[in-house]
Amino acid sequence: MTEVAAKDDARFIWPVEDTSRAPYWVYTDRELYALEQKHLFQGPVWNFLGLDIEIPNPGDYKTTFVGDAPIIMVRTMDGGVNALMNRCAHKGSLICYKPRGNVRELTCVYHNWTFDLEGKLTGVAFRKGVGGKGGVGPEFDSNDHNLVRLRVETYKGLVFGSFSQETPGFRDYIGDELIASIDRVFIKPLKVLGYHSQMLPNNWKLYAENNKDSYHASLLHVFHNTFGVVRPNMGGGIKLSDNGWHHLSYTERTPPNDDETGREKVRSLKEQYKLHDSSMMEHRLELGDLVTNSIQTIFPNLVVQQILNCLAVRQLIPRGVDSSELIWTVLGFEDDAPDMLELRLQANNLVGPAGFISMEDGCVGGFVQRAAKADPDAQTVMPMGGRGIEPSAGSRVTESAVRGFWKGWRECMKI
Amino acid sequence: MNDMLTARLTVEAFLADYMHAIDADRLEEWHAFFTEDGAYRVTTRENEELGLPLNIMSCRGHGMFKDRITALRTANIFEPHVYCHIPGALRITGVNGDVVDSESTFTVIRTTNYGDMRVFVCGRTRDRIRMTEAGPKLIERTVVLDSRQIDTLLVIPI
Repeated sequence: MTEVAAKDDARFIWPVEDTSRAPYWVYTDRELYALEQKHLFQGPVWNFLGLDIEIPNPGDYKTTFVGDAPIIMVRTMDGGVNALMNRCAHKGSLICYKPRGNVRELTCVYHNWTFDLEGKLTGVAFRKGVGGKGGVGPEFDSNDHNLVRLRVETYKGLVFGSFSQETPGFRDYIGDELIASIDRVFIKPLKVLGYHSQMLPNNWKLYAENNKDSYHASLLHVFHNTFGVVRPNMGGGIKLSDNGWHHLSYTERTPPNDDETGREKVRSLKEQYKLHDSSMMEHRLELGDLVTNSIQTIFPNLVVQQILNCLAVRQLIPRGVDSSELIWTVLGFEDDAPDMLELRLQANNLVGPAGFISMEDGCVGGFVQRAAKADPDAQTVMPMGGRGIEPSAGSRVTESAVRGFWKGWRECMKI
Repeated sequence: MNDMLTARLTVEAFLADYMHAIDADRLEEWHAFFTEDGAYRVTTRENEELGLPLNIMSCRGHGMFKDRITALRTANIFEPHVYCHIPGALRITGVNGDVVDSESTFTVIRTTNYGDMRVFVCGRTRDRIRMTEAGPKLIERTVVLDSRQIDTLLVIPI
């Protein structure tokens, strides 16, 4: 794979000037998938790795992925967090092959090469051979064989890693406005309530787009409308980072404005059902405002979710050109009283792989993936809200954040 | 000895009825396998081993069971599919008066309309069943999936 491939490769010419259209080959091309690993995931981005509360003690580690790259997120002896490529510098074996654990140093099981928690090679088994025979040659220098180490930044307990030395610090990467919406949710110490993983039968970008697509929400996920538990025309809007890469979509309890979705004949409104038990819809305001739903994306692989009292981070991992994994880390606050914990657990029926208002996102990407395959040069269109990438106050009937995603993707991929 | 044998046969027959009802798409009967305030939850081995309380799906009381099925029938969108539950080893772990505790292993094969057929989940259930005049009823059913990965989505109960 060469450097020129993305920019000058005639196979990957974007069909329009802007991002109001996207070709289907973005979801189906295997070479493009390989290029994304290098230019995007290992490019000028901050990838979400995990939460610092998952590795509270020195030596605690958790394994994860940045694109296809296996990563170890580890708490160092002095309390910092490091992110290292989970690949031995010798023969390339995974070093940590369990999801989590505690270690004093990192030892590869294959040939016992040992690294410290900074990734520095500290030991080579039989380095000097046995009985004066074998071992490494005189030119071997340990300093040439350290683990690949990522830049790491932690913000409000969210740990991010970057392969790029050039990309700006995390705060500048997402901008003040979206920093404020992280601050809004992470107001006090967090507690992990559990994990879900959902295997999505589609290219990772179809799920990334889905999160930015506030247009689909009331049309695909009709649970609320079916059971009449919310007005379709509540207040809210879309915020975007200056470069369009990251977004926030939110809904708040305010008097309705004259929103088009309110008049749209939604499939569910034909019949009205009532919930026998609406306890999972209870919302205790806890973040100092009236926002009921807030979905924030941080390019390329993180969603920060507040849906009523359901707090979660969702990490997106590509698993091949037509498969991806979505890992939900569901959160509460450390000081939750037992009844608050119970409320969160009950409300989590709304989200996750079996979520009343989220399960459809598991299958809809697969519907696109299967249909896209036949015709890589055909295109999707994204006309809602014009062709630009602007914030939208009051209306979520727009695809501007999706166009922003493609802008970020194109800038990384130079396509 | 006789108590255990009776309990075993009763639970076995009851769980067979439960699995048949789901596999035959008689989901409107689902709530009736539980007591009025019965509880159901699906979680993963990972969450259990880490002592984490999160469920993938949970219901308490007939109302929530019915809501799940109404949503499945009317609101939720998914590619049509059916389950085939394959029961595994059943253990009776306790008999206390009219309440029987049991554990069993299971596999579910999922088949879509297009014919795509694959192992969907496997794991174990922990069931607490009360013998009532109206027959056995689940007080509590906990389904612990071996894998945390749910392929696409989970909508039909296990």
